[in-house]
Amino acid sequence: MKNLAALLCGLVFGVGLAASGMTDTAKVLGFLDIAGDWVPDLAFVMGGAVLVTLLTFPLILKRTRPLFAEQFHVPTITLIDKRLIGGAAVFGIGWGIYGYCPGPALSALVYLQPNTFIFVGSMLAGILLAAKIRPAS
Amino acid sequence: MGDYLIPLTGGLLIGLSAAALLLTQGRIAGIAGILYGAISGQADNLWRWLFLAGLLIGPILYHSLSGAPMPAASNLSFAYAIAGGLLVGIGTRIGSGCTSGHGVCGIGRRSVRSLVATCTFMATGITTVFVIRHLLGGV
Repeated sequence: MKNLAALLCGLVFGVGLAASGMTDTAKVLGFLDIAGDWVPDLAFVMGGAVLVTLLTFPLILKRTRPLFAEQFHVPTITLIDKRLIGGAAVFGIGWGIYGYCPGPALSALVYLQPNTFIFVGSMLAGILLAAKIRPAS
Repeated sequence: MGDYLIPLTGGLLIGLSAAALLLTQGRIAGIAGILYGAISGQADNLWRWLFLAGLLIGPILYHSLSGAPMPAASNLSFAYAIAGGLLVGIGTRIGSGCTSGHGVCGIGRRSVRSLVATCTFMATGITTVFVIRHLLGGV
């Protein structure tokens, strides 16, 4: 059950990304282009997703444990430091350059477009590079 | 409003998936974090690979059942793909999260840290597009 649930969660997430237009770089860049011909669609994606998590997460976290695991693995760190801001800033620049964040980039691999493979390969290289030179303390 | 029903539905599905992952596995649906955990070979890793497999199956299912066409390939050159990918990878690892981890899940947990990260990457994303499209006259 635990494994089936993990697969289904990923599947629903992937359907959501494809339906919402997050796997379409033109739409994402249009959303970020507030000074141009603004595409507001993705505000509804973020709004819809956050609405659900805001309502459900507090109820779920009231449980003593998850359904199929021993305990919750939820970040406890509350630190707002240069590492958080700098990392998020760099991530946003990369997002604005091409139009993919990690989830949609992976989902879009199934469209078999060569540039997506280049993007994901570079993203993996970036992740491993950062983990090597700036490991989390 | 009708135009926004499909993106809204997509967003609700993403939120439901995040809620279901927390309820069943006790895990945060942050894709950058799940991907890093999977490739760095952490213990109890099967759920990560299964989630990532679902993430790939989902769009195939969506496009084949709904009949919605797959998005057109980006008209940006591979140099953009390399630069964008590298920065997204470096930034999400150092900043401990992406749109899903900080944005969807972190804000759902009412984490100020995640809210600050989300505002930061939204701001630099918007600024980057502004600079490329309107100051440099790029595509």
